[in-house]
Amino acid sequence: MCGIIGVIDRSREPMDGTAIRRALSMMNERGSGEGAGYVVYGCYPEFRDYFALHVFFDNIHETKPRVDELLHQWGRVVHDEEIPTWDLPRLRKVHTPWRYFFRPDTRLMPRSTTPAEEIVTELVMRINTSVEGALVFSSGRNLGVFKAAGWPEEVADFYRIEEYEGHCWLAHNRYPTNTPGWWGGAHPFNLLDWSVVHNGEITSYGTNRRYIESFGYRCTMFTDTEVVAYLVDLLVRRHDLPEELAVTALAPPFWDEIDAMEDDRRRLHRALRLTYGSAMMNGPFAIVVANQESMVAFTDRSKLRPLVGAEHGDRLYVSSEEAAIRAMDPGITRVFMPRAGEPIVGRVVA
Amino acid sequence: MSPSIGSLPPKYRVTVDPDRCMLCGRCVENCAYGAFRREGDRILTNSRVCTACHRCVAFCPRDAIDVVERPLDYRSHPVWTRGVREAIYNQARTGKIVLAGMGNALDYPMIFDRLVLDACQVTNPSIDPLREPMELRTYLGKKPQRLELARRGDGEVELLTELSPNLCLETPIMIGHMSYGAISLNAQLALAKGVTAAGTFMGTGEGGLPEPLRPYQDHMIVQVASGRFGVDIDYLERGAAIEIKIGQGAKPGIGGHLPGEKVDEAVSKTRMIPVGSDAISPAPHHDIYSIEDLAQLVRSLKEATEWKKPVFVKIAAVHNVAAIAAGIARSSADAVVVDGFRGGTGAAPRVFRDHVGIPVEAAVAAVDAKLRRQGIRNEVSVIASGGIRESTDVAKIIALGADAVYIGTAALVALGCRVCGNCYRGLCPWGIATQRQDLVDRIDPEAGGLQVSNLIHGWTLELMELMGAAGINSIESLRGNRDRLRGYMIDQALMDVLDVRSVGA
Repeated sequence: MCGIIGVIDRSREPMDGTAIRRALSMMNERGSGEGAGYVVYGCYPEFRDYFALHVFFDNIHETKPRVDELLHQWGRVVHDEEIPTWDLPRLRKVHTPWRYFFRPDTRLMPRSTTPAEEIVTELVMRINTSVEGALVFSSGRNLGVFKAAGWPEEVADFYRIEEYEGHCWLAHNRYPTNTPGWWGGAHPFNLLDWSVVHNGEITSYGTNRRYIESFGYRCTMFTDTEVVAYLVDLLVRRHDLPEELAVTALAPPFWDEIDAMEDDRRRLHRALRLTYGSAMMNGPFAIVVANQESMVAFTDRSKLRPLVGAEHGDRLYVSSEEAAIRAMDPGITRVFMPRAGEPIVGRVVA
Repeated sequence: MSPSIGSLPPKYRVTVDPDRCMLCGRCVENCAYGAFRREGDRILTNSRVCTACHRCVAFCPRDAIDVVERPLDYRSHPVWTRGVREAIYNQARTGKIVLAGMGNALDYPMIFDRLVLDACQVTNPSIDPLREPMELRTYLGKKPQRLELARRGDGEVELLTELSPNLCLETPIMIGHMSYGAISLNAQLALAKGVTAAGTFMGTGEGGLPEPLRPYQDHMIVQVASGRFGVDIDYLERGAAIEIKIGQGAKPGIGGHLPGEKVDEAVSKTRMIPVGSDAISPAPHHDIYSIEDLAQLVRSLKEATEWKKPVFVKIAAVHNVAAIAAGIARSSADAVVVDGFRGGTGAAPRVFRDHVGIPVEAAVAAVDAKLRRQGIRNEVSVIASGGIRESTDVAKIIALGADAVYIGTAALVALGCRVCGNCYRGLCPWGIATQRQDLVDRIDPEAGGLQVSNLIHGWTLELMELMGAAGINSIESLRGNRDRLRGYMIDQALMDVLDVRSVGA
């Protein structure tokens, strides 16, 4: 089932984590207390030029030196520390969450147009597949994912989420079926600038995973959601599609609708389906994807999972439940329901 | 019969129950092999010539006929099977290669039957195709790796990429190449009417395009094989697509032979050879001795047809099929047809039919994996053929990585074929594998066309139900989706090739 919520402030006004913690707890009916998480954009202004790598270590003495070594091979760590947490009686700390602020040496990837991102992607894939006991779960600049196994309010308190501020937040309340209790299985999933929260099940995962892996991505988290982050990265960053078209590629109109379009649009939509047929996602889902500049929410082509949007001034909200949005901001002025496959897009203007 | 070997046990015994028989004589009329004759008020039989084609059984109004297989068998032996012994007698008498019809007849395990499909329960809803859209439309041809776009002044996005021509199928089921000559004109006409009604395509085989088929040419894929029979610019331009046949699953590595007896006036015209001459297709194309030669032929055919038509390349599924397919993907070819070792044929040497090549399930999985690993899966479509028997085989082979399938035998069965395997004799009592006019007339192309389109339609409905149960509403999301398959009693090495997990895992 799962509950999802996201907010973006189009004028980049920062919000702390208090309200979203309250909103996510409002959807506890949708979770099972086995996973919750938050991502906040704009939370590390003092390190804005560095990639903030959040890593779960099973054992900081044994596995951390191997990650340190890899990072030193590929660039420079300007600062690193254990992520500050509170001890809680009901949340057992099974991993040590750590953060690095890292600048890759772009000379090592001379032929790429986005060398820093290529290096970080490669490092994330390599650490997650080959360093046992280490998992990079957040790798973007000036953003941070905070997630664990527990109820939303416990996870928020554990990470002291109310102390972070940012202009865009996503959060997820999990009812797991695949990997209960595993911290890495909680949402959001992140790669570079992209974070994803997801409610549903992707029945096309086998197709999507094999497709995305042919571009060098490695699915390591045993869940269908991470593939969404990689698909968005491929389509928007590497293939340069506008976000709306990337969403269209992932949840395209039906052929009947495409056939009825006027010439130019029909050509474009046909080309999108032909080119990105293996990226198309099937099954019931509602997904929110964000980066520094924008937040996009969309559902499957039949809208088999709920999604509602709301606005208040410069703030755009999306969630599984209107009640959660109202818990966050009782002053919302407009509430709306997108149609199946139709994206809700919020962009910063400042 | 040879003096020292004597006659072999009959394969079948045909009997007519005189109490049931009303002496209507339909069996005598219908049997092309002469198994029945009337003497006085009795029907007598000659079991030795029977092929168990069941034409007599099908048309006996009183169910008076019995055909029993192996009424008298050899002493049983696990090593010295009937087939092995009879091949030896046959060769001892003739000193020749033994010919056989249809597809692989050895008792290899059927991989399809050891794969099971998935369905949704609770965590995601299954989809009811009667209420919700269910998309089977399939485009065959090259697809770009990515799109070039330009943002216009008004904020709209303009598509700069020019797409290659693709074939648009309303269902991923096509009918494979069976030539005029190998099968009759009425059989081809029925298939053509069937695919046209079903919104899909069929192959011409290497027998040219007879004039009566031209009204259906927009649904025909014209074949260019090593004999180049029937190929001229008119033929190429009439087809919706062109297929270069390198090899065939029933007989990988060897050519074909249409005996001169089958080359009558009409066949001679479409094949462009003299009446009564043998039509021999050599084993290799004599202008293709390497992959770059194939690339040249693909480009030549494209040039000749002004790059308006997709060009497919058909290969037999052999051990190195994945690497060969990767080579083909690097040419200008739009699709690679992978023909498994169960593929049928009019005639093939028995040893080839039964022992050379690999099953299509493993071949398609290997091809799909190799193309993905090399990042060139979008460069070609993958068409699976050879042993596709029902809609579940279609679903499974698509989940293993195929874009679409060719069926052959199944389409002939829809026309009445009983899989007797005597296609090479030219006496097919069902009017399919024959050119004898009285036999050919047994197929009414209109009714046959309906049977063929019914079959494709029925499979299509089943495919929709299977996809809906798996929570998938578009065929793209089934393609290569091995997560929705599980292997049941398949060994680990084969599971690794198929990239599927075991039931329960």
